[in-house]
Amino acid sequence: MPEELFEIEESVPANPVEQYLRMDRMPHIWCPGCGIGTTVNCFARALETSGLDLDKVAIVSGIGCTGRVAGYIKLDSFHTTHGRAIPFATGLKLANPELKVIVYSGDGDLTAIGGNHFIHAARRNVDMTVILINNGIYGMTGGQVAPTTPISAVASTTPFGSFEQTFNLPFLAESCGAVYVARWTSYHVRHLTKSIKEAIAKKGFSFVEIVAPCPTLYSRRNKIGDGLDQMIYYKDNSEIKNGADTKTVSMEFQGKIVVGKFVDRERPTYNDAMMEYYQKKLGDKFVSSDEMRKAFHAQNRN
Amino acid sequence: MHADPIGVLTGPHFIDGDHACSEGAISAGCRFVAGYPITPSTEVVERIAERFPTVGGVFIQMEDEIASSIAIQGAVWGGKKTMTVTSGPGFSLMMEHIGFAAMTETPCVFVDVQRAGPSTGLPTMPAQGDMMQARWGSHGDYGIIALSPNSPQECFDLTIKAFNLSEQFRVPVMMMMDECVGHMIERVVIPAAEDIKIYPRRYYEGTKEDYRPYEPERDLVPQIVKAGDGYKIHVTGLTHDELGYPNMSVSTQGKLVRRLVDKIKVNAERIIEYKEDMVEGADVVVVTYGISSRTAIPAVEQARKEGMKIGHLRLIVVWPFPEQRIRDLASKIKAFVVPELNFGQISLEVERCAGGKASVTLVGHAGGTVHQPKDIYAAIRKSVKG
Repeated sequence: MPEELFEIEESVPANPVEQYLRMDRMPHIWCPGCGIGTTVNCFARALETSGLDLDKVAIVSGIGCTGRVAGYIKLDSFHTTHGRAIPFATGLKLANPELKVIVYSGDGDLTAIGGNHFIHAARRNVDMTVILINNGIYGMTGGQVAPTTPISAVASTTPFGSFEQTFNLPFLAESCGAVYVARWTSYHVRHLTKSIKEAIAKKGFSFVEIVAPCPTLYSRRNKIGDGLDQMIYYKDNSEIKNGADTKTVSMEFQGKIVVGKFVDRERPTYNDAMMEYYQKKLGDKFVSSDEMRKAFHAQNRN
Repeated sequence: MHADPIGVLTGPHFIDGDHACSEGAISAGCRFVAGYPITPSTEVVERIAERFPTVGGVFIQMEDEIASSIAIQGAVWGGKKTMTVTSGPGFSLMMEHIGFAAMTETPCVFVDVQRAGPSTGLPTMPAQGDMMQARWGSHGDYGIIALSPNSPQECFDLTIKAFNLSEQFRVPVMMMMDECVGHMIERVVIPAAEDIKIYPRRYYEGTKEDYRPYEPERDLVPQIVKAGDGYKIHVTGLTHDELGYPNMSVSTQGKLVRRLVDKIKVNAERIIEYKEDMVEGADVVVVTYGISSRTAIPAVEQARKEGMKIGHLRLIVVWPFPEQRIRDLASKIKAFVVPELNFGQISLEVERCAGGKASVTLVGHAGGTVHQPKDIYAAIRKSVKG
């Protein structure tokens, strides 16, 4: 009898995303109904079809609930300081341009404390993909107001609701120079998976904003239900508008969410600009790093 | 292992301490520098910016010192030897990342060309007010190494030493220069590449399955790998176990932090370096470091001329502090005199180690210029007379 059970278990196919996760670290810390796990699933599926050599993919997170993603993904993974995932990733990428570098972090981490790094990495067009989970709140510390908290939404540090203007992140990313900008919600798993795959394949600073629920600290406090209620809200209120002018995609409390791929354009990356500029300017005197030379020539062959 | 000849400008030069520091870094194999402009350290990165494109290095001027001090750590995990350069206000901004480097055991070098503070202070003038900050500036408990050059030649030599120590012990190493040493122009002799000793990164060479990223070797230092080598490492500033995984237990915290402190403590005798001049048989020993070691020389010589028995102990490695040597001396001499461009930092260490057995006189100074030798002389004379 026990043997028979064993055989049945063996015949169950493994969850295809498990190979991309550190299963020895499960269960994860995220709350029931939280959107982060869903996005990690999409990310793993995007990796699966990306055709990338996973030994050459690195993931960098900052601090916060989304900051924990790096700890669960089975890649070279770096859980850095609050707000500083992007400059860490910049150093990593410039040291070894062969690496595919992905930053995966939250709205507070990347656009409040890390906002300056975000705009400068986009300006430089450092070749990295930034996946940002926007849950409109600081989750890990107990639900404080964020630059993304909609006006009138209640947070623990805005007990009467927030009155600050919120960040329109796709507009911010586009105006700073990102070459790929998309927004989805954690309801749009197929679109999101495709978008992450595209962003990872894109050369340059690519940005995917994912609107995701924080049932414990945002939805509950704002009396808008649980994780499932938020999925229904996303489903009923999202409007797919590929190519939308990012100026027009601001979000409001429980209002319409414009999603889609907004920007997909070409600009020389930081590395390529450096290589080309120095080659022109310094001629034979220019000695690039071995890694930089290898990556540059590999790209130009493609 | 010796230095890669690419980039080593063998021969005599007439350059300032900042430029000598840049050349030391290049000779040590540093190939990634991130920095942000700040007086009086800017010349270090200016020279790096000019030299790096010809030696296969990457320099990036980041948006601030916070970014610089973490970009260099990303680059370490990408396989480079790295450095950032700053002065007081920027050094203050970097503190969190000194803790991150200590916690994740990321070998890298922080250069602080000290200027007078607090706050913006006197941007173009010297001080030695960041010595305790170098040791204790980031929150929590950890060990670091700090060096203090007193000439452009030492700016070159000690920058190489800083890189070597950071690789050997996998700690952030602080190069504690000051405006005076940074802008002082002197003869600097750069040796042949084969005469420059380089401590190679302690890369793990075993099988992937057996690799435990934070399992220390006998000297308490673990072996490192880099991103892209297929080890799928996890590096975190959270308290972590030997696999590198976050672990929020008191026992893991105890084991990890104890080791981070102990790896400097138990290896201290291998790290400590100081120079002594006529310390044996002295009644008073002047303890100095950096530029104050040079302003002390005329004072020491004057006192000796007058028949006083004066020793001079100059710290080259300031952290870890040579506790045992000061303890031994304290039981043999009458007094220590410690001139420094602050109102008591290293003198407190001397006092702690002297343990009341010898008196300790601080010759303090707010910075902005160097000591007048006569002030140091007066303190020596007073100490001799008791």
